[in-house]
Amino acid sequence: MIRLMLLLIPALAFGSALALAQDAPPIVQPSTGLSVDVTDESASDMRIAVPAMPTPQAIDTEAGNTAAVGRQVAEVIANDLSRSGLFQPLGPAAVRAISYPEVTAPQFDYWPQTGAVALVQGFVRAEGNGQLMVGCYLYDVALKTELTRQGYVVAPRDWRRAAHKCADAIYARLSGDSPFFDSRIAYIAESGPKDKRVKRLAIMDSDGANHRFLTNGQSVVMTPRFSPDYRQIVYMSYAGNRPHIYVYNIGTGQQRVVTESANQTFAPRFSPDGRFILYSMSVGGNTDIYRVSANGGQSQRLTNTPGIDVGGSYSPDGSRIVFESDRSGSQQLYVMNADGSSPRRISFGGGGYATPEWSPRGDLIAFTRLAGNFRVGVMTPDGGGERLLTDSWQDEAPTWSPNGRVIQFFRTSQGRGGKSSVWQVDLTGVNERKIPTPLDGSDPAWGPLLP
Amino acid sequence: MIRNGLAIAALAATMALAGCGKKTPDVLPPAPAEDGQTQTGEDPNAGNVSGVPLPGSRGDFLQNVPSDSVYFETESFSLDGQDRATLDSQIAWLQRYPNVRVTIEGHADERGTREYNLALGDRRANAAKNYLAGRGIPTSRMTVVSWGKERPVALGSDESAWSQNRRAVSVVPQ
Repeated sequence: MIRLMLLLIPALAFGSALALAQDAPPIVQPSTGLSVDVTDESASDMRIAVPAMPTPQAIDTEAGNTAAVGRQVAEVIANDLSRSGLFQPLGPAAVRAISYPEVTAPQFDYWPQTGAVALVQGFVRAEGNGQLMVGCYLYDVALKTELTRQGYVVAPRDWRRAAHKCADAIYARLSGDSPFFDSRIAYIAESGPKDKRVKRLAIMDSDGANHRFLTNGQSVVMTPRFSPDYRQIVYMSYAGNRPHIYVYNIGTGQQRVVTESANQTFAPRFSPDGRFILYSMSVGGNTDIYRVSANGGQSQRLTNTPGIDVGGSYSPDGSRIVFESDRSGSQQLYVMNADGSSPRRISFGGGGYATPEWSPRGDLIAFTRLAGNFRVGVMTPDGGGERLLTDSWQDEAPTWSPNGRVIQFFRTSQGRGGKSSVWQVDLTGVNERKIPTPLDGSDPAWGPLLP
Repeated sequence: MIRNGLAIAALAATMALAGCGKKTPDVLPPAPAEDGQTQTGEDPNAGNVSGVPLPGSRGDFLQNVPSDSVYFETESFSLDGQDRATLDSQIAWLQRYPNVRVTIEGHADERGTREYNLALGDRRANAAKNYLAGRGIPTSRMTVVSWGKERPVALGSDESAWSQNRRAVSVVPQ
């Protein structure tokens, strides 16, 4: 235990936010065969045990008793790993509880009988300053080795973030990919009958927790996007029956119009550096894409063909924009330079393509494929390798996880009682699941990994 | 003369309806119901004093035009003869009340993506607006707003419902 204390205490210095135990010894990659492949759809899920995390002393905190929090942290980790589609977690309900000393001295002879090939152990401890420390350890059961360890110091109300960070560390270590669990979603909460849907701007964690409504539903709102620093959300609102794009400041709750115009403005997007907002504006029936500073001011028109040019999504380096246009007669995808020059069509399939979103990795563009029904698919930025990932009546408007491995979208059911809900699918198309929301949901927009 | 013109326009619209071209909805939109959000489909008797709508009110408008809406083919924003007859009757009414402003709401059916449908609704509303402007209604009296697929009047997921939802609606104040 002394070694553990020494390891984790430096993390306390990071203060109230979320602090990583950076002083952990450099991870020596052991010669283990333990890994998961994010691109192989035939890969069988890795069985990973996540017992409840013990506490050295059961103490009541703002987040509840540390013993209870320890179990909840393990549950959140198990759920995160399960949602990634790569793991088959054995959570606290499926495996025996461990003792506090066991955290750093796993009973390697015991775990093989559970079928687990990997083991996540950790602890939750109340600190003297009112903070919680969460320790997180990953072991290879067969090789009886430690694969990674992390410590997080958080305010009690942020205990879920510590759990997401632990799941992220495990995911990154075993997949070799970048993490994504500790991130947030902005979306539109929907309720009411189909001809009078009430739509409210809402935010939640990537697993649906910490849900919060930001608008009261008086005005129809849609298509939110987080700024890269999570401080603002740009969205469209019918406030005052004048449909315009607004920026909502999450800290202050204040909203401001981005561009004053007699024309309808919609489909807003932040640039990757947060300095610009891309939007669409209809003038006399002709819709084009414009760019304006996130602080307002003069807009710059980026498209100028007759027809509907709409949406748009920046490449991660900000140099190019993929957008949708019906200039050819049907909705298709085009890539242009960020200044609007050199537009080039990249989609050619029958039906049509809409709502392109450039992956944060840069390697793929997600879209809605229109062919009677709506399906979510991906293609490369030059239009190759098209793959459809979903198959339902209407799956619309994909948004990427921060690591570009998972896509959320909204699914609408047909008929008089048609409703929308938020779903997610991984790039294999195999792991598809509904994201729990208190009301119906649409227009999900995934933000970047939290710092 | 105005009355005659109106009657003829209304008759033409009725005949066009009777002709029942492909684009005519199988079922006309239900009787308008109260909807404060979009202002469409209000009670035709709103502004009603002892059973008669006030001249120049929305109730009066709805009583004197064959329809407040024109309908479009899938993906299309072009007006056909029936639409023009409907708009001609609206023009006649609007010319009788030159101080009344009109908002033209464009809508799309649910088979398009949300943002594209906002643009498509705008196209349809502008098609109606441009027709009205071409027949002498000042653009300063007209406002255009697109609702895309957000405010259907028919709730089903079938051609009958979709044909009713692909529309541009002229809305005058209560």
